[in-house]
Amino acid sequence: MATIHLEVVTPSGPVVNEDVDIVSAPGYGGDFGVLANHSLFLSTIKIGGLVYKQGGKENHLMVSGGFCEVSNNKITFLVEAAESGHEIDVDRALRSKERAEKRLAEAKSQQEKVNLVRAEAALQRALARIKIAERSPR
Amino acid sequence: MPSLKVVKDQIVGVKKTAQITKAMNMVSAAKLRGAQQKMEDFRPYAGKFNEALGSISGNMRANEFALMQAREVNNAEIIVVTSDRGLCGSFNSHIIKMAEKLMMKYEAEGKKVSLVCVGKKGNQYFNKTGKVRKSYRDIMGNFQMFNAREIAQDVAAAFIAGDTDEVQLIFGSFISVGRQVPKTLSFLPVQPIKAEEGAEAPSGGQQGAYTYEPSPEEIMDVLLPLYMNVMVYNAMLEVGASEHAARMTAMDNATNACKDIVDSLTMIYNKARQAAITGDLMDIVGGAEALKG
Repeated sequence: MATIHLEVVTPSGPVVNEDVDIVSAPGYGGDFGVLANHSLFLSTIKIGGLVYKQGGKENHLMVSGGFCEVSNNKITFLVEAAESGHEIDVDRALRSKERAEKRLAEAKSQQEKVNLVRAEAALQRALARIKIAERSPR
Repeated sequence: MPSLKVVKDQIVGVKKTAQITKAMNMVSAAKLRGAQQKMEDFRPYAGKFNEALGSISGNMRANEFALMQAREVNNAEIIVVTSDRGLCGSFNSHIIKMAEKLMMKYEAEGKKVSLVCVGKKGNQYFNKTGKVRKSYRDIMGNFQMFNAREIAQDVAAAFIAGDTDEVQLIFGSFISVGRQVPKTLSFLPVQPIKAEEGAEAPSGGQQGAYTYEPSPEEIMDVLLPLYMNVMVYNAMLEVGASEHAARMTAMDNATNACKDIVDSLTMIYNKARQAAITGDLMDIVGGAEALKG
C-alpha cells in the first residue's frame, strides 16, 4: 500500500516522523482524512484527536491548536502540543474537566468574555484527552 | 602588618567564596545544556512555521488584518524579557539599558510608553517608573509554550483594543556561549513575513494551487496569534540560554578573581609570619646579649 510521510512538530520537538497509510485529523470544517498522494492542502487544526494507521496498527494523538500542510506526499502538522494516547493521565484530565466546567459556569454568570473563552478551550482539551485515552490501548 | 589570624581568616573566607562560585559555574553549565537543547527542539517548529506563514501571506495585503495594521503611534509598548535571577554579569543591565534608551526615544517624540516585563530583573528596575503595565515574574526557570501564549495574547488584546499602537520586543539574544547581545524586534503590528531564502522551492515537487480550509484570510487570523506566541517563546528561550551562559562567564571570572586574592593574601600572610619570627629571634638574641654583659 502506498504510504504518506507524516510529521508532527511541536515547540518542544518533533513527536512523529514516519511513513503511514492514512491520517485523520480534526480540521477547521470537521475531521478529514488524508491518503497517499493527496493534493496540495492547508487547513487549521482544532483541539482534538489525530489518528494515523500504519500496517493495520492504529495510533491516537491528542493535538491542540495549529495547522497542517499537505504537499509532495508529505503531511506536516504544526501544533502547540501533542500527546500520544497512552501518555495521557486520565485522572488529571478528569480533574481538569471538572475544573473547567466550574470555571465555565462562573464565567457565564459573571459575563467575563476572556475567562469564558479560556475555560471553553480548557474544557475542550480535557474532553479530547479523555476521549483519546479511552480509545488507545493501555 | 595585620595580625596573622586576621589574614588567615580572610584566606579561608575567600576560598569558601571560590568554592561557591565554582559550583555555580558548574550548575550554570548544566542548565545551559538544557536551555540549548530546548532551543534546538524548538528550531524545526519555528522554521517550518515561518516557511508556511511566508508562503500564505506572500499574496495577501497586510492591511486586511487587525494585527498587521500600521497606524499612527501615540502609545508605544515595550516588552522587556530579562532573567529572574541576578549574578550573571552585565547581561540584564544591557537589556534594561537598551529598553531605557528606546523609552527615552519614544518619549522625546511625545509618545506614551508602557512596559511589559517578563522576568523579575526588568520589573525590579522599571517598577519605580510606574510605567509597567504588566509583569510576569518567576517564570523564566521553567516555562512552556502556554506561558508565552498568555503574554502574547495579553499584548495582542491591548493592541486590538487600541491601547497600544506599536509594540517592540527587547531580549538578550544568544549568539554563543561567550557572546550575548540585547536585541530589539518589532512585535506589533506584525511585519509582513517573507519566506526564508533557501527554503525548498515548490517547483521541484507538486504543482498547482493549494486547497485552503478555511479561506487563506481566515487561516491568517489563526496563524497570526500563533506567530506571536512563537516570537515570545523564542525570546524567552534565548534569554534562558543567554542567562546561563552569562552566569557561567561571570562565575568563572569570580573564581579566578578569588584565586588572585588568595595568592596576594597568602603573600601577606607569609610576610607577616616571617616578620613575627624575625622579631622573636631579635628578642632572643637581644636577651642573650644582655645576660652576657
